[in-house]
Amino acid sequence: MEIKADLKYTKEHEWIKLDGEVATVGITDYAQGELGDVVFVELPKVGTSVTQMKPFGTIEAVKAVSELFSPITGEVAAVNSTLEADATIINKDPYGEGWLIKIKVKNPKELDSLLTAEKYKEMVAV
Amino acid sequence: MSYVPNTDADRKKMLEVIGVSRFEDLLDAVPDEVRLKQPLKLPPPASELELFADLRKLSRQNVPVSVSNSFLGGGFYDHFTPAAADFIIRRPEFLTSYTPYQAEVAQGTLQVIYEFQSLVCALTKMEAANASLYDGASAVAEAALMAAHATERKEILVTEGLNPNYLAVLETYITGGAYQVRSIPLGPSGQIEPEMLKKAISERTAALILQTPNFFGCLEEAKELEPIVHTVGAKLVAVFDPISLGMVMPPGEFNADIAVAEGQSLGVPISYGGPAVGLFAAKKELVRRMPGRIAARSTDAEGKIGYVLTLQTREQHIRRDKATSNICTNQGLMATLSTVFMSLVGKQGLLQMARLSYAKAHYTAALLESKGFKRVYPAPFFKEFALELPVPASKVVSRLRKSNIVPGIDLGKYDKKRKNQLLIAVTEKKLRADIESLAEGMSFFRPQAGSGIAPERKLEAAGQV
Repeated sequence: MEIKADLKYTKEHEWIKLDGEVATVGITDYAQGELGDVVFVELPKVGTSVTQMKPFGTIEAVKAVSELFSPITGEVAAVNSTLEADATIINKDPYGEGWLIKIKVKNPKELDSLLTAEKYKEMVAV
Repeated sequence: MSYVPNTDADRKKMLEVIGVSRFEDLLDAVPDEVRLKQPLKLPPPASELELFADLRKLSRQNVPVSVSNSFLGGGFYDHFTPAAADFIIRRPEFLTSYTPYQAEVAQGTLQVIYEFQSLVCALTKMEAANASLYDGASAVAEAALMAAHATERKEILVTEGLNPNYLAVLETYITGGAYQVRSIPLGPSGQIEPEMLKKAISERTAALILQTPNFFGCLEEAKELEPIVHTVGAKLVAVFDPISLGMVMPPGEFNADIAVAEGQSLGVPISYGGPAVGLFAAKKELVRRMPGRIAARSTDAEGKIGYVLTLQTREQHIRRDKATSNICTNQGLMATLSTVFMSLVGKQGLLQMARLSYAKAHYTAALLESKGFKRVYPAPFFKEFALELPVPASKVVSRLRKSNIVPGIDLGKYDKKRKNQLLIAVTEKKLRADIESLAEGMSFFRPQAGSGIAPERKLEAAGQV
C-alpha cells in the first residue's frame, strides 16, 4: 500500500497536491483498496465552490458509497472526465490518472491543518 | 419453513433458554407510565367457520365487476386477463416469495423481475425500468422527486388532466415546503395547449408531469409539448396507460425522460382498489437516480448467467438518508402477474385489446351522442371520455345502479364544477348488449334538443362491434 511522501492527507483518506494556486485532489491507495472496484463517482461541476472538510461528491463501489471531502476551500477548476467511462482508473492509479478534481485554492495555509504522509501512515497502520 | 404456530410447551422452553419466567419479563425496559393497563378492545377469538361468515358479510357489500355492468375507470380498469395467469401465479414459489434481500440466493425471483423490467422497456421503448413500485400514484410522486433531484429545481408542473388521486399522493409526498406543485388548466379541447405550457414553464421547473391519455380520457399532443419542456432544461415525466401502447405512441418515442403508469390493466384484478403495481422506466442516463429495486443479468465466476440486484448504492440500506427514495421493495406478486399477462397476451394480444377498447369506447360515445348527449371535450380519446349531463351525475349513477349498471365516475366527487359530468370507461370486455343497456338506461336523462347528425350515420362511423 502506497503513501506518497510529497502529499498531504485528510482523515477521510483524500490526498491533495498544491501546485501554485491550483491543487489536485484524489483518494488514497488505502481508500481504494478498502472500497474495492469503484463503479461510479459523482463529481461537482467546474465553478462549484468547495469548503474544507465539507463533502463535494460521492464515490461508489458495488456495495458501498462514501462521501468525498474537500481537503481545502476554493473553486472547482477541473474535473477528471475520464472517470465517467472507467471509474476503476481510481483503483489502478489513485495518485496519478485517478485524480478527481482540481481546485483553485483560496487560502493555502489551510494545508497546515491536514495530515503529513507520516501522520497518515500512522492513522492507517494495520 | 414451518407455518405451524408455537405451542405453550415451545414458548415455555424458549423462556427457559432466555432465562425469564414470563414473556412480560422481556418488556421490563418499557416504562410503567406508558404501559397499557387494560386488555386490548378486541372481539373474542373466532373459529374458522365464524371468521369466514364475518368476512363474507363484509365482502358481500362490495359489487365486483364480474356481477355488474360497470363502466368505471379513472385509473383502474376491467380489462381481460387470461385464465392461465391466475393459475401460474398461484404456484407457491411465486405466491409466497417476497422481495429478495439476500438477493442472489433467489435466482428464480430475480429472473422474473428481470423479465418484468425487460417487458416494461419493450412496451414503453424506454431504456431502463425498475422492479416496480406500489402503484401509479406513488410512481408519479417518485418520478417528480427524481426529476427535482436531477435538475436541482423545486417546481413540479402538473396538468388539470393528471389523475386527482395521483396529485393527492404527490402533494402528500412533498409536504414540508421543499417543493411546489403548480397546475396548468386544460384547453377547451381537453388537451394542454402549447402556448399555455410555454407561459407556465420556466427554468425553475424540474418537471412536467404529462398524463396521456389524461384523466378525462383525452390524448395529449406529447410530441408537440416535449420540446417546450426540454428547451428550459426540465424533465418530461409521461404518465401512460399500458394497454393504450397497443395503439398510441410510447413515451420512449416522444423523448420522455421518465415514464410511469398504473400497471393494474396488465392482468391485475381490480380487488376494490388494490394491490396495484407501479411501472417506472427512465432514460439510461438517469438510472442512478431511480428509486426502488433494479434486477440485472450478469455472469458468475464460471461464466454462467446469473441474476443480481444492482445499483444498490441508490438505496437506503447503503446510502441511508441520501438514498434516492425510501422504497426498498417492489410489488412482487403483481409484477409477476403482469409479466405472466404480457407473456401470454403478447404483442398481438395487446394490439387487439387496444383496438377493441378504442372501438367499443367510440361506439359507446357515438351511441350516447345519438341520444342527444355531448362529450365534455372534443379531443381524440382512447377508451375513456367525460360526458356532459343535464342533471347531476350522482342522480344518473343512483338510478342506473338499480338496474345493476355502474355508468361511470361522478366527476363531481373530484371537482364541484364538474358535478354534471360522468367519466365513462369502456374496455374490450364490454359486450354490445352491455353498451346498449347503458345507453338505454341513460336515455331517461337525455337532453331535449337534438344532436344535429343522424344517429345511424354516427353509429356507422364508429364501427360495429
